[in-house]
Amino acid sequence: MVVYTDSAGRAAHADRLFHALADATRREIVALTLTSEQSVSELARRFPMSFAAVQKHVTVLAGAGLVTKHRHGREQRVRGNPEALREAHRLLDQLAQLWRGRIERMGAILAEPAPPTSTQSVSTPAGTDHEPHSQGESP
Amino acid sequence: MTVIDVQQDPAGRTLKISTRFDAPPARVWQIWQDPRQLERWWGPPTYPATVIDHDLSPGGSVTYFMTSPEGDKHYGWWRVTSAEAPHRLEFEDGFADDAGRPNLDLPTTTVRVQLTADGEAATVMTIESNFPSTEAMEQMVAMGMVEGMSAALGQIEALLAEPTAD
Repeated sequence: MVVYTDSAGRAAHADRLFHALADATRREIVALTLTSEQSVSELARRFPMSFAAVQKHVTVLAGAGLVTKHRHGREQRVRGNPEALREAHRLLDQLAQLWRGRIERMGAILAEPAPPTSTQSVSTPAGTDHEPHSQGESP
Repeated sequence: MTVIDVQQDPAGRTLKISTRFDAPPARVWQIWQDPRQLERWWGPPTYPATVIDHDLSPGGSVTYFMTSPEGDKHYGWWRVTSAEAPHRLEFEDGFADDAGRPNLDLPTTTVRVQLTADGEAATVMTIESNFPSTEAMEQMVAMGMVEGMSAALGQIEALLAEPTAD
């Protein structure tokens, strides 16, 4: 695997990853080859497309690191790489983390007994230990 | 407050998170509607948000900046594409330059918020974020707005540095 030391390299790699996963046939090839190694001819029999078309998909997947190819006699064997798939999820995980943080803070605000009205400015930080002011919800 | 579901769709670059709050939709809407409350949750404590302009009506916009631990200000904006208080909000979230003007060279994220009453006193909030490109996702992460980002990036770095087991 290539080591990316800069964010541009990392972005380029992630782009290949998501591009590769954006196609239904390619996703299916990844799923199939994760459970058991397949030859390109075996894959070609499973899909209503030519050997060349399947081979093209495999090349895209291999370029993204989602599968590895190796020769076995006259056959070209394809094996799924679970690590690369996890990496695609990892980026989304980080973004989910961002929202989890926000949601936690939302929960803290909503748990306050007397929420500030929409026009009041909040100058005290969250988690103050004094009693909140009671506020009438007057129209 | 309970996060009830997180769905990731790498192919569609979409993230969907559902949460249940013990508060009715009208109350949950306030934390979006009131800029002072929005400031308290949008940015993490290490990267607090300050809202400058705030108009959640359709076509309206929100401008804010987030202050880094070093004191640098990073401006951002929302453009509200659809809003139905207290149930639905849809906006584009993007980056802005130092003067707060939208920087359209940087990618934007589409955010859809749905608040559904769950009984009398609870709400299920679903947030769907759609990223136009991997670059957008990288950007969101790289702008330093993700809590524990350095740790997370360290993990990626470590993963990418690992030799392929073969």
